[in-house]
Amino acid sequence: MAAMIAAVGAVSGNRVTVFLSMNALRYFVKDDETAAPAEGPFGQLLEEKQVTPFRTLFEQAVSLGDAKLHPCSMAMDVLALEPAALEPWLAEPLGLTRFLADAADAQTWSF
Amino acid sequence: MATRRLIDARGSFCPGPLMELIAGMKMAQVGDEIEVLSSDRGSAHEIPEWILKVGHEHLGTREENGVWHVSVRKAK
Repeated sequence: MAAMIAAVGAVSGNRVTVFLSMNALRYFVKDDETAAPAEGPFGQLLEEKQVTPFRTLFEQAVSLGDAKLHPCSMAMDVLALEPAALEPWLAEPLGLTRFLADAADAQTWSF
Repeated sequence: MATRRLIDARGSFCPGPLMELIAGMKMAQVGDEIEVLSSDRGSAHEIPEWILKVGHEHLGTREENGVWHVSVRKAK
């Protein structure tokens, strides 16, 4: 759902900022094709129907709209990831303090 | 000279058809027309909403045998 909101929001004239942290970040490691587990029965249905995967939607949000995906610097430290290890279409790493300051007056969703 | 292009997004679920249209719009010139084919009912409503929001021209939507044809002209 986060990817759908990011993609549709970004191509509809909104500036979209995504903060990737915790369990999400590993799915943005370059050349790592590990599939994310389906999220519940609806997630299984999405897979069966071959709905566009979230990684593709996020990439479209960046390439077709005004979206930036920032990896969380804390999660990168914990996973021992360098910026070069992540997908090249991600924006620079951010800490939570900076992200919260940027998002202070914005419409926000948490997933 | 304005052109007309068909994007066949049948079998793709929302927001797939919309994203395919937007990718096509990026490459189109002002005045060009694009017709999107979608088997997804939600997209048949979502695409005109997007066209309205970003300021292109919705030329019409029609349904034939479970396939929606949404036409748009690039306005800017």
